[in-house]
Amino acid sequence: MSRVWVAILLAGAGTYAMRASFLLAADRLARVPPNVERLLRQIPPAALASLVVPALLRPHGELDLFSPRLLAGVVAAVVAWRTRNVAATLVVGMGILVLLDTFMSV
Amino acid sequence: MQLSEVRAGAAAIAPMLVGVVPFGLVAGATPVSEGLGVGAAMGFATIVFAGASQLAAIDVLADGGSALVAVVAACTINLRMLLYSASLAPFLAKEPLRRRLAVAYFLTDQAYATSITRWSAEDDPGTRLPFYFGGAVLLWASWQLSVLSGALLSDAVPESLPLDFAIPLVFLVLLVPTLVSRPAVVAAAVGGLSAVVAAELGADELSILVGALAGIAAGAFTEARAERERT
Repeated sequence: MSRVWVAILLAGAGTYAMRASFLLAADRLARVPPNVERLLRQIPPAALASLVVPALLRPHGELDLFSPRLLAGVVAAVVAWRTRNVAATLVVGMGILVLLDTFMSV
Repeated sequence: MQLSEVRAGAAAIAPMLVGVVPFGLVAGATPVSEGLGVGAAMGFATIVFAGASQLAAIDVLADGGSALVAVVAACTINLRMLLYSASLAPFLAKEPLRRRLAVAYFLTDQAYATSITRWSAEDDPGTRLPFYFGGAVLLWASWQLSVLSGALLSDAVPESLPLDFAIPLVFLVLLVPTLVSRPAVVAAAVGGLSAVVAAELGADELSILVGALAGIAAGAFTEARAERERT
């Protein structure tokens, strides 16, 4: 078997093992100790912020505090907070980014 | 299966496809233009099914690296799946094993983020899996189609509109409602900034995991201290 397919199968097995890990044991997790539950409660804000903040502060792989993406993201965050609406947030965020990109490239 | 829940799950994922489809086109076009072939592109899409890690492994292989290095690169990026798995597991304690194993295969950033938001707000356990699969399977199908399209049209993939920005924007909409308490705000602030610092220090894709772990620790610490002060 080729190097490429060995990599695909092993990366697939490893990734699936991590996805399945705690789900596999879920039937024994019906009563989670309070300390563990406290840790689990932090996962959504911590993980989501880890996905969002670098996309705004390091839009092209390096720190950039004056990028159109940061400004568009901050305005989009206000829209998200006020409306909780995905479509409105997408339209405002993408719209501001496209506008800023257009003006800054002229 | 409640069809309305399946639809609600699909509707929650749908806006993310604006960002996912261009990403899939790139994940399909890259292995083909690097000479690994359409078969390998689809092997990655179906067997690994995790965008950033697919590209990382393809990058190693295209540079002539060994399978082992490619596997380590891919698995490192996907370590955050352990956190998602742990976070979702208590909600599925009563589901049979084979369903939990199916949930695991379809687990992505997007499926996790939409489901944990909904499950935390909705008390009826019967609606959880229909909602999850409605979104997760739609995302899976869109990923396979866009990777295949990218692989077949590898020369024609455009890079004009900043569509990739749709992905963080949707995560933003999911992040905002989680910020309901001081510990949650601390977890998000420490998590987001730690991810940036880790990336600046060269942690690359691993920075998401570093950020998440730092945020979890900070949030839990804040919560524990607040509890001690109350008693």
